[in-house]
Amino acid sequence: MTDAAKTPTARGAKGVSLLAPDAHTRKRNAAEARFRIYGLVAVGIGLFFLVALLSSIVMNGIGAFQQTGYRLQIELREDVLDKTGTRDIENIKKVKTFAYAQLIRAAMLREIEKAGIDTPLAQAKVTGFSSDLDPMMSDGARAHLRDLVLADPGLIGQTIELRLLASSRVDGYLKGRVSRDSIARDKNLDTVHLDLVDALRSVGVVNTAFNPAFILGSDASDARPEQAGMGVAILGSLFMMLVVLVLSLPIGVASSIYLEEFAPKNRFTDLIEVNISNLAAVPSIVFGILGLAVFIQFMHLPQSAPLVGGLVLTLMTLPTIIIATRASLQSVPPSIRDAALGVGASKMQAVFHHVLPLAMPGILTGTIIGLAQALGETAPLLLIGMVGYIASNYPDGVASGFLDPNSAMPAQIFEWAKRADPAFYERAWGGIIILLVVLLSMNFIAILLRRRFERRW
Amino acid sequence: MYDTPFLERNIVTQEVKISARDCQVHYGDNHAIKDVNVDIEDKTVTAFIGPSGCGKSTFLRCLNRMNDTIDICRVEGRITLDGEDIYDPKVDPVQLRAKVGMVFQKPNPFPKSIYDNVAYGPKIHGLARSKAELDEIVEKALRRGAIWDEVKDRLTAPGTGLSGGQQQRLCIARAVATEPEVLLMDEPCSALDPIATAQVEELIDELREQYSVVIVTHSMQQAARVSQKTAFFHMGSLVEFGETGQIFTNPRDPRTESYITGRIG
Amino acid sequence: MPLLWLVLIVCALAAAGYVIGRGRALAGAGGDARTLHSLPFYYGAHVVLLTLVPALSVLVLWLLIQPMVIEGRVSGLIPDSAIPESSTRDLVMSDVRRVADGLDVAVAQGAMTPAEARQMRSEFTDVRARLGQVGVALGADVGPQLLRAAQRYRTLTGRGNLLKTGAVLLVALAGFGLAVRRSRPEFRARNVVERAVRYLLIFAATLAILTTIGIVLSLVFNTIEFFRLYPARDFFFGTVWSPSFGGGSQLGVLPLLWGTLYISVIALAVAVPIGLFAAVYLSEYAGSRTRAAAKPLLEMLAGIPTIVYGLFALLTVGPLLMRVFGDGGLGWMQAGTAVMTAGLVMGIMLIPFVSSLSDDIINAVPQSMRDGSLGLGATKSETVKQVVLPAALPGIVGAILLAASRAIGETMIVVLGAGAAARLSTNPFDAMTTVTAKIVSQLTGDADFASPEALVAFALGMTLFVITLGLNVFALYIVRRYREQYE
Repeated sequence: MTDAAKTPTARGAKGVSLLAPDAHTRKRNAAEARFRIYGLVAVGIGLFFLVALLSSIVMNGIGAFQQTGYRLQIELREDVLDKTGTRDIENIKKVKTFAYAQLIRAAMLREIEKAGIDTPLAQAKVTGFSSDLDPMMSDGARAHLRDLVLADPGLIGQTIELRLLASSRVDGYLKGRVSRDSIARDKNLDTVHLDLVDALRSVGVVNTAFNPAFILGSDASDARPEQAGMGVAILGSLFMMLVVLVLSLPIGVASSIYLEEFAPKNRFTDLIEVNISNLAAVPSIVFGILGLAVFIQFMHLPQSAPLVGGLVLTLMTLPTIIIATRASLQSVPPSIRDAALGVGASKMQAVFHHVLPLAMPGILTGTIIGLAQALGETAPLLLIGMVGYIASNYPDGVASGFLDPNSAMPAQIFEWAKRADPAFYERAWGGIIILLVVLLSMNFIAILLRRRFERRW
Repeated sequence: MYDTPFLERNIVTQEVKISARDCQVHYGDNHAIKDVNVDIEDKTVTAFIGPSGCGKSTFLRCLNRMNDTIDICRVEGRITLDGEDIYDPKVDPVQLRAKVGMVFQKPNPFPKSIYDNVAYGPKIHGLARSKAELDEIVEKALRRGAIWDEVKDRLTAPGTGLSGGQQQRLCIARAVATEPEVLLMDEPCSALDPIATAQVEELIDELREQYSVVIVTHSMQQAARVSQKTAFFHMGSLVEFGETGQIFTNPRDPRTESYITGRIG
Repeated sequence: MPLLWLVLIVCALAAAGYVIGRGRALAGAGGDARTLHSLPFYYGAHVVLLTLVPALSVLVLWLLIQPMVIEGRVSGLIPDSAIPESSTRDLVMSDVRRVADGLDVAVAQGAMTPAEARQMRSEFTDVRARLGQVGVALGADVGPQLLRAAQRYRTLTGRGNLLKTGAVLLVALAGFGLAVRRSRPEFRARNVVERAVRYLLIFAATLAILTTIGIVLSLVFNTIEFFRLYPARDFFFGTVWSPSFGGGSQLGVLPLLWGTLYISVIALAVAVPIGLFAAVYLSEYAGSRTRAAAKPLLEMLAGIPTIVYGLFALLTVGPLLMRVFGDGGLGWMQAGTAVMTAGLVMGIMLIPFVSSLSDDIINAVPQSMRDGSLGLGATKSETVKQVVLPAALPGIVGAILLAASRAIGETMIVVLGAGAAARLSTNPFDAMTTVTAKIVSQLTGDADFASPEALVAFALGMTLFVITLGLNVFALYIVRRYREQYE
């Protein structure tokens, strides 16, 4: 039964059974199925990209939450740390980290001896400016030990058990980032070190454990990726978000109320409306230029300060919040306004007593989504100098939290991504995990708010 | 009271085109159509009347499986077209709809030219093998839609630019262009003014010569004017079905009488 | 007096004003609130507004104007001869501010007496060393004129701050007094308060315009400044981009525009088909359960910050492409950062943007249109291809234009994924760079803000702003006209 064999009108004519589809219909149905598959494939590709993105984040980033360290018995020898024996803090302060390095090396050698490991490193120097053991330890370990002693000089003379960070290469070896092949090109660490690490690991001196310092700690310089943390940047983001919230919520709500409830229909109002919808689509980098030119060059506000970042992000978020607020004001039915006006309330009272509270859940949802957008924005922060600044200290107080140079979460991630040492890439991915967890919880709260308070009129 | 005296009409019983047995329709939990049994005849205009929400449009949409496009809609029972069950899994709704055309409440021309509107059906069903043949089909359909004279000089103008009545006749022409056997009309005149309504009604009467026409209408006068058979639906049930003259002059069911005399509706 | 204290004092005054204004009105009415014209709350609010708003406005204006006035006065003290060859007046002024700040720090830490700070002469004291002791590092030795200017800056700032405090407090007190005196029972407090609130609302709404003006002004002034140093013709038609901070830069925008365009086209080539087909599938085919699951998941892609995509491009997609097209594979690619890398990742980012906009637009096509087609016996795909999509076409074009404007303005993905070399090449596996990436690199380097190498960023920003604004206005116009058609 071929298509061509039939007369053109026969297909539409009477007497053709419905139960047996003709060739033409079969062809059309095949085309239909193909089209449907294209659609399904497109959705599939989209979802595949999402999965690829998320899994690449998790696989690469989860390691940042774990860090390799040595559990060592460190003898805080009085003859090294406090030669006078007076426990005078000023004297102890004079002892540099370099002295503490000896104690760590000694402790390490004791572990090697105790475990009976046969390694050329057992003969490594304890004293001196550098030792073959040093590349295994984080540069920050000795400073960490010194801080501990300065905080409690009473520890001098005792032997304490302490977990000290391994260097990022050793950490990378245990996480599989650094292999024995790639170590051949490394001038610091060689296979002898790796053998020792393997041996120490079998006796439990080396292990990998959860690393709270990545979430709470501060950024570290190029040489110490193992110490870098997001804590200060998180705080910087928090201060910025405070600025954004405090400014954009009231301003956004006020301008939406004006535009939605009071504004007369005239040229000026039209101008504002067109402006807002266009501002929402201006590239974020342009807001960065604005921030640089107006807040930093013109007003001389401090560079890299969360206050400036917050101001720029406020301007960027305002259109989002205004659009969301207006939508939720519109969804309050006019009958509510009429009812309030009917009992003699002024227009202002009708809006502030009735319309605004009813629109509040929608406004808050929009605000949270706007904040989430602002939190992840990076480009404008580059221009106002929040990248390139190493956020290594927590701000001293609230005022300095706003005004002192700081980083922010996305800026910190960018900073890490730019550094040469691949150990920082793991940090960057890990930072993304933290950022996404925060963003997801913000969106989750927004969804909950909407579910909880959504009203159908 | 009515334009045409019923008794003067020449009533000829035709062969049965569509027949429904124990038809049930559910919209989710809502039982929209209950136990409908009806035989729709060929070359006859059958009117479905009843108050709003009585299920007449829903039932109409079952006849060419337009309800398939609604996820929550479930149809049970047996509806046959020329003795073939149209809900049989082997039936392709696409082929069914080519045989059972439909005209909707609001004129819905596509945002294309008048020509393309009419040519759309024949094109997708592959009814024309050449441009000339297609031209011929389009002209024939437009003539049957009683709109040829008004649009023959502007076939490339957009169909949305016509007046409401013209649009609806264009939609009818579009529907007949695919050579259907049954034409379903869902309140085809409810969006039209009286003059356009009269033109469309006239057209429906002409269409009877070739097709089985089923029309849903709100207006009892319209049902009386154009139909030979009338079915009265109430709350999802088919209350009464019979000759239009009999339904309007001598209803058997008290509910039909109440509706016709304007007490319910 | 520190700013914070000043603000707190004014706020405290306002709070007291609330209680007093409310109390006075009530007392005037003999404690019977019913005889008041307005609710007692409004009498209090009236005092708060009159105390707070004028005082804080004065404060903000003062903070804006004082630095400009002082800058002008101090800048006059520095003769042109004192400005080094390679430097500019702006740079010298920033040194002046640094020295002045340093003196403040020194006085605050007690390393210097106030009198010493005022009268110190660079001829007798090594200012750089003294300030170094208190932790203020200076780049160069402080010359006599610079020190004099810095000291003048300090005295003027000190005097200005004192005046500011006085003026703000005076205005606050005046407003407070006036408002309290007016708080009598017959005073129409509600009307006054509501009018004031209305003006505040209008002011908030104007901020959107102020932002735009701010953007335009900051771009325009700096762009004009740039064109004074660098010919506009060479900028717009130059085909070479090679900034060198030593001078003699070639700053042609064409290679950057080409890179921007190339990456955007690749991004759209990825995003438009996938986004459109996904939107069609989800709105026309998918069951409600599939839609409820797939739509939010796809939109998650839109909620992920661009820095994440940038990292994804740099560390995942780039190396992946390298393995296929790089030296080990086909040998077309030199490095992981390339037009293809950035375009592909940007395309992924734009998928949800295209799909959710198209979804809205497809849903706006009336159901009656679909019914008409299905009623004629068309299949769903025929309906979509021949009725729904042609009807939705203007809206979809608008959506694609919006996506294009997004792609052109995107920064982080290209900064991390596209490379840094500006070139006019047609190989999609070459590294290229874009307008946005160069804005970042020109403004984050150590270039002096007055040099053409830094100012060019503003001209680039202007170009970007004009292109995206044009696209947006056009796209929004199309979309709006399309919506109106079906309303």
